[in-house]
Amino acid sequence: MRFINDNILSIVVFLPLAGAILLAFFPRRDRDIRYFALAVSLITLLASLHLPWYFVRGQNGFQFDEDAPWIAHPNIHYHLGIDGISMWLVILTTFLMPMCVLISWKSIGDRVKEFFILMLVLETAMIGVFVALDLFLFYFFWEATLIPMALIIGMYGHGRKIYAAVKFFLYTMIASVFMLAAIIWLYARTGSFDFVTIQSAIQGGQVPGFASAALWLFLGFFVAFAVKVPLFPVHTWLPDAHVEAPTAGSVLLAGVLLKMGTYGLLRFNLGLFPEESRRNAPWIIALAIIGIIYGALVAMVQPNIKRLVAYTSVSHLGFVVLGIFSFTQLGVDGAVYQMLSHGVSTGALFMLLGMIYDRRHTYDITEYGGLATPMPVYATFFAFIMLSSVGLPLLNGFIGEFLVLSGAFQAKQLYGILAATGVIWSACYLLWMYQRVFYGAVTNPANNSLRDLDARERVSLWPLAIAALVMGVAPMLWLHSIDPAVSAALKQFSAITQAAAPATAHVTQVVSQVIGR
Amino acid sequence: MIPAIDYIRILPEVVLSVFGIIVMMIDPLIPEQSPKKPLGIIAVVGILGGLAATAFQTGFYGSAFYNTIRVDTFSVFFHVVVLLIALVVILTSLEYLEVQRIRSGEYYGLILFGTVGMMLMSSAVELVLIFIALEISSISTYILAGMRRRAAESAEASLKYFLLGSFATAFFLYGVALVFGATGTTNVYGIARYLQGQSSLLAYLAVGLMFVGLGFKVASAPFHVWTPDVYEGSPAPVVAFMSTGPKAAAFAVLLRVLFATGAPGWFWMVWVSAVLSMTLGNIGALVQQNVKRLLAYSSIAHAGYLLVAFAAAKQVGISAAIFYAASYAAMNVGAFAVVSHFASAGEKYVTLDDYAGLGRRSPLLAAILTIFLLSLIGIPVTGGFFAKFYVFSAALQSNLVGLTIIGVINSAIAAYYYLRVIIYMYMRDERGEVPVARIPAGLGIGLAICLIATIYLGVLPGRVLDYAMQSAQDLMK
Repeated sequence: MRFINDNILSIVVFLPLAGAILLAFFPRRDRDIRYFALAVSLITLLASLHLPWYFVRGQNGFQFDEDAPWIAHPNIHYHLGIDGISMWLVILTTFLMPMCVLISWKSIGDRVKEFFILMLVLETAMIGVFVALDLFLFYFFWEATLIPMALIIGMYGHGRKIYAAVKFFLYTMIASVFMLAAIIWLYARTGSFDFVTIQSAIQGGQVPGFASAALWLFLGFFVAFAVKVPLFPVHTWLPDAHVEAPTAGSVLLAGVLLKMGTYGLLRFNLGLFPEESRRNAPWIIALAIIGIIYGALVAMVQPNIKRLVAYTSVSHLGFVVLGIFSFTQLGVDGAVYQMLSHGVSTGALFMLLGMIYDRRHTYDITEYGGLATPMPVYATFFAFIMLSSVGLPLLNGFIGEFLVLSGAFQAKQLYGILAATGVIWSACYLLWMYQRVFYGAVTNPANNSLRDLDARERVSLWPLAIAALVMGVAPMLWLHSIDPAVSAALKQFSAITQAAAPATAHVTQVVSQVIGR
Repeated sequence: MIPAIDYIRILPEVVLSVFGIIVMMIDPLIPEQSPKKPLGIIAVVGILGGLAATAFQTGFYGSAFYNTIRVDTFSVFFHVVVLLIALVVILTSLEYLEVQRIRSGEYYGLILFGTVGMMLMSSAVELVLIFIALEISSISTYILAGMRRRAAESAEASLKYFLLGSFATAFFLYGVALVFGATGTTNVYGIARYLQGQSSLLAYLAVGLMFVGLGFKVASAPFHVWTPDVYEGSPAPVVAFMSTGPKAAAFAVLLRVLFATGAPGWFWMVWVSAVLSMTLGNIGALVQQNVKRLLAYSSIAHAGYLLVAFAAAKQVGISAAIFYAASYAAMNVGAFAVVSHFASAGEKYVTLDDYAGLGRRSPLLAAILTIFLLSLIGIPVTGGFFAKFYVFSAALQSNLVGLTIIGVINSAIAAYYYLRVIIYMYMRDERGEVPVARIPAGLGIGLAICLIATIYLGVLPGRVLDYAMQSAQDLMK
């Protein structure tokens, strides 16, 4: 038990990789491969639940800390640890993974073994990104997510899959080179890659030449993360990647990979360069708000459902960035919460789209219409998830958006007013899409004979639907551990905002007023 | 009287020469039309003997033969690298020669002799001996390049390599002569003593000429024009050999000539050559359809990255260069081993179109080649990443910001053409008629060595880097 508790993060990170290696050698039949992958992802989920179970809520700093020297020169450590923010992102990853395996059960019929190997390797890399506390290790995992994802898009996607895969790869890779440059600069001046060490060195003013380089370092990290989020002008890879990717790829892309960007902004940009963050916040917030509105408007006119949902990500992630750069307790809490809830609801939306694609092999809205008649269960699930994405009170999307907007209003009223329109837009495009696809008479005879969801598909949707509901009704389950981590992250900003002081109590009050408890 | 210990200091060279002679002697005993595989096995045994002799040498550091040979960590490091390259190349050739119906026993002998030359290059500290070693290794590779006798391009490769190569070595020799004129000695450390604190026009000229000669051997721009043609025409395992072995050895010589002598005036030469190599190599590779040509241009680019480490000059730079040479050898030999297996009889299948769908037909080979390509890009978990990482951080430590930026931009460009190969393998549909044979044991072992080396250098680079730093220190002593 002691051993497990001391090494739990390594176990969670490397279980999927071990599974992938075993998978490469053992099962031969496609069916066995699928069951094996499912088993590995479930065991990983189970192992990761150790984290919230034994997480000490009141404790400051990082928990489940593991630190061992890895390479002597340069001084790289194998340093893992989590706080309330990264813990839930890890859980989000391990939680989405079994669903991704289930959703790929039948839709991936060719090169099955390679597919699940790539998925499991990807899982290791994604979890690694959230738990790494050594900047080098972080970069290592960050790059490692790239290859499996690009291969998943390029090998199992449809349409212009190669174009999408290459675009995704080049965008992310070129952007992360700037981050690497910034990391190396920090190493050269501090002699350490350790996040905590570097952070305290910067705070203590012990980094020579930091003042003049800070802006460039900030931008180096920012570019890498902004591309991943994706923030407004660098978002163009996202629709392509999403539309051409196989369903499981889209789920992980939207559910987890985008969060790596916002997580990075919160952890590294705010954590290491508070001064620069504050100074650059206005234009970043402007980009976020443009993203919210622009993403929504573009989503509205898409003839392709998957592309539509892809653009909603641009819009929803804009909220997250807005929340982070509001530097208020409420805003950042909301941003983290929005990350989780976007993972659940958009992940579920992509899964639903995958199910209809398996049946009809098209994403054209005009091909559909009146689907509620032949597929009532599907329509119900879709409605539920869509409403959670729109931000209906008592479902998960609402909490995040509400907190972000409250934070934005605290920071500057104009931000709040502009961003709030995004909530309206998202209702417009999603409801309108729902109406065109599901209501009315069946317009296309091909849709008359569609099967409704089978047991496997329902099993893969229920956990997400339940999560959406629980996250909407009992957000404090999550916020209790998110909140202290956020206030720790914002400590450096306390001079700027006064709202940080009675943080937890304040959030509890706001949230319970809102959901009427 | 030469003390006995001196012979231990050239023991690996002796062992390999003996085995080379054995191979040549047994060759006529094997009937004309039967396979020459036994000779390959003998050569493998010879290489293993050479490795053992190198390991034995580590207890006997020091100079030999009137200060013409010097065994130190630096020479041992390059001995091991060159020997491992030769080992993998021979293992790959076992199958390749069968498939191509090349029935020449001297093939293995030449590889052994060439390896002797390269090993000697890394341990010689006397410019004349270095020149002789350079010739031993060059002449072997000239002949090896023409081993596909029935193919016109192979003859072209051999002739081109020979003519340009001898031209380049003449430059080197001229440089040596000028050094002797300027300093009165051809011993590297003697030159260092003489040049301390003073330099003459003659010395500048000499360094320039020697750099031209060695620049040709390492295929750095602007002395790189021969590379694509020669690599395209030569037998694939030979390309694996000459794109890494002589290159590593020539870099070793370059390190000695430039740094151990404390030679003047090399900085801008190296700087310009590095920038040109990286840029021309990568841009050239972008448009290639032939995989061998693509890898040829990529090897030019890699010579450029290595020269960046040279420009950084300090001990970190030298150790980065040494590390780079090792990890480049691992990944490049591996990549060419896959290419040579895949080429089939007459090297028919070497274009990107032939690689389409390889991921489906031969998942294992495709996965292995992918790892080598990712390493060549410089993706983490592979040796290529740390190699680039050390090179660029060494450059930054020497405040070569411009050079670093050019290098980083270049590695971003390079990602594109390596990715193209991966895209063809996994994402394009196959054309159907390209056969893939089972992986024979020899190739399997060779690939495993490269793969383990690539991953090892990418996950635990610490020990090799420490050794490289130690070598750099010894070099400067």
